[in-house]
Amino acid sequence: MDAIILQVLNGLDKGSAYALIALGLTLIFGTLGVVNFAHGAIFMLGAFCAVTLQRILSLSYTVVDETRTDFLGNPLKVDVPYVEGWFGEATGQAIIEWSVPLAILFAIPVMLLIGFIMERGLIKHFYKRPHADQILVTFGLAIVLQELIKYFFGANPIPTPAPDAFTGSFDFGAMIGFAENAIIYPYWRMIYFVFALVIIGAVFAFLQFTTFGMVVRAGMADRETVGMLGINIDRKFTIMFGIAAAVAGLAGVMYTPINSPNYHMGMDFLVLSFVVVVVGGMGSLPGAVLAGFMLGILEAFASMNWIKDILPGIDQIIIYLVAIVILLTRPRGLMGRKGVMEE
Amino acid sequence: MSKTNLTRRGVLRTGAATGAGLALPTIFTSAASAFTNAPGDSEVTLGFNVPQTGPYADEGADELRAYELAVEHLNGGGDGGMLSTFSSKALDGTGILGREVKYVTGDTQTKSDAARASAKSMIEKDGAIMITGGSSSGVAIAVQGLCQEAGVIFMAGLTHSNDTTGKDKKANGFRHFFNAYMSGAALAPVLAQRYGKDRKAYHLTADYTWGWTQEESIVSATEALGWETVNTVKTPLAATDFSSYIAPVLNSGADVLVLNHYGGNMVNSLTNAVQFGLREKQVNGKNFEIVVPLYSRLMARGAGENVKGILGSTNWHWSLQDEGSQAFVRSFGTKYGFPPSQAAHTCYVQTLLYADAVTRAGSFNPCAVAEALEGYEFDGLGNGPTLYRAADHQCFKDVLVVQGKENPQSEFDLLEVVEVTPAEQVTYEPDHPMFDGGNLGECNPGA
Repeated sequence: MDAIILQVLNGLDKGSAYALIALGLTLIFGTLGVVNFAHGAIFMLGAFCAVTLQRILSLSYTVVDETRTDFLGNPLKVDVPYVEGWFGEATGQAIIEWSVPLAILFAIPVMLLIGFIMERGLIKHFYKRPHADQILVTFGLAIVLQELIKYFFGANPIPTPAPDAFTGSFDFGAMIGFAENAIIYPYWRMIYFVFALVIIGAVFAFLQFTTFGMVVRAGMADRETVGMLGINIDRKFTIMFGIAAAVAGLAGVMYTPINSPNYHMGMDFLVLSFVVVVVGGMGSLPGAVLAGFMLGILEAFASMNWIKDILPGIDQIIIYLVAIVILLTRPRGLMGRKGVMEE
Repeated sequence: MSKTNLTRRGVLRTGAATGAGLALPTIFTSAASAFTNAPGDSEVTLGFNVPQTGPYADEGADELRAYELAVEHLNGGGDGGMLSTFSSKALDGTGILGREVKYVTGDTQTKSDAARASAKSMIEKDGAIMITGGSSSGVAIAVQGLCQEAGVIFMAGLTHSNDTTGKDKKANGFRHFFNAYMSGAALAPVLAQRYGKDRKAYHLTADYTWGWTQEESIVSATEALGWETVNTVKTPLAATDFSSYIAPVLNSGADVLVLNHYGGNMVNSLTNAVQFGLREKQVNGKNFEIVVPLYSRLMARGAGENVKGILGSTNWHWSLQDEGSQAFVRSFGTKYGFPPSQAAHTCYVQTLLYADAVTRAGSFNPCAVAEALEGYEFDGLGNGPTLYRAADHQCFKDVLVVQGKENPQSEFDLLEVVEVTPAEQVTYEPDHPMFDGGNLGECNPGA
């Protein structure tokens, strides 16, 4: 029993990331009709917003410490971050330590802007083109973004730790009456899960309770009619693209303490997120969220040792197996609507 | 107006002289071209095959820096680096056998097929006489096989799998870097001394040749000292989140976690393990410990704070105080502004060893070079007295047991050497079960 709870918890954080990326994918697909293969790269760019802010906050001036020497025997040059100079050592260090949560504020405008530029600059030219063209151009864009990040940040993972207050883990098992050490869960993963729920809730509330959201939903259902009512649906959809980029970007920012970001992390999530969208049902927002969590948890279960002993390698193919089964039994996915991608 | 005076004798004499003159170089070249890519009189080309893109690009970049430095030193540039500390004095900074050293580079992308293609192109199109490089055992083994077929020498860079000089060893291939068996043999006594002999270990292992041989080596070395192995779990090479593999560890009764991971895998699995609070736990009345058998400073940087206090092994570290290491760190550090990695060190040393072997053999013929390297004993290259064993072309030298430093002074100062394990302790028989099954074969000079 404790092992099952443990893997459900493990699935939640990964599922949160899948759900957030898939949510953005579905928003873009539902509004603009574009299959966006660059969405994983947007997630990665979000993570590098956290890295960039960490770098900006750690910008330093050099002080030569005559008492110590460097590896060549010269006096040691010590880098002192400007924030430490301005606010004192303790406050300065605390600011740098909190760079990941602070990066949320930094990432929102940056990601909205990136989304806006991407849509206006490239993707809008492909609305009328076949899906294959859209996939090619967005996939190409993903590779370009990935290589740019590698050029500036290198190929190795960059450590971006969570603030000290949130590092470490708590004994969830002991809280609910299991033996000690049976169910250990890191604080940050719990925060990630809650954060994902808040973002998902906010996106749904925005679509449900605002006029803007209503227009977007109407546009998703019947773009032509909404256009005929004199509403500039294109502009609304551009903004939605920005929002989708911001959602994926925030998912990336908050993911950095879980795994040190590298240039390839977007690709690692991209394919799985597409499977999530397909399983959830193309164009269905609740479907994307549900499938995201479901597949995250299933993946965690599949990597349990006794399951792998029975079915070796199952942890690597479980998601695709589930996708096949779902598509065979429910071709539109779990919550797919009729008429999406069916002409 | 000139007047030509043709006589029968004159024509014969000129003809004979011309004939002899034309024949003369052919006599030499026929001997010289008995092997692939025999160099001309003025220059010789080496092929550096490193990952310039892909996940190990940073290591590849450091290897390339080391190769460029080695070429500079061989051609008499810079401060000469380890040429002055090397026990062999055959190299004098005039290139190799009087020929200026040139180089070409290839990108392995850390993929076997891409690595073979770039090595092939350097051999066939650029005329490379020797191929060197590394960062992945899968790639090293593939390129070594290609060099054997093509008839050029392969000087392996960073490759740690037992198989490179075990079941996949080749007569044209040589490895200076240490291997998984040596890591186990060096690390186990330190582990037993630090953590006791009554320990239960849980292994997470990258699912490919290097991971398997490393797991086998560490399991065997630690069990010989009384440890018990609770479980060994293979993780996919492409895995990025290890939480579902790490979560069950605490509940398994194990009190040590061994991470047979390298590169991004190592950074992520270690980060996840620390997140799950493993290092703060008590199991079986003992502190829970994590071990990373193969350390790399470049990778340790990715794991940040998490490496502090964690034991592992390494081939070389820039903080070593011997003359050779210091000379190398000085030239590398002066040229590039930071200390070299262990990958850079082994690549630099391999280039020097090749050049030295050619010079001592007096020939670029791969078979003559191989003969000069086989059973060769040298010193002054940063690892103490070293033997290139003839039976399997593996170097035997001291191994460093290192630990993540608690109070680093700089961003490079991440590891500290806790023990230098003498070469005798990590030496094994060529037919040791972990290395058995392969055949060195015959040296192939190619063309």
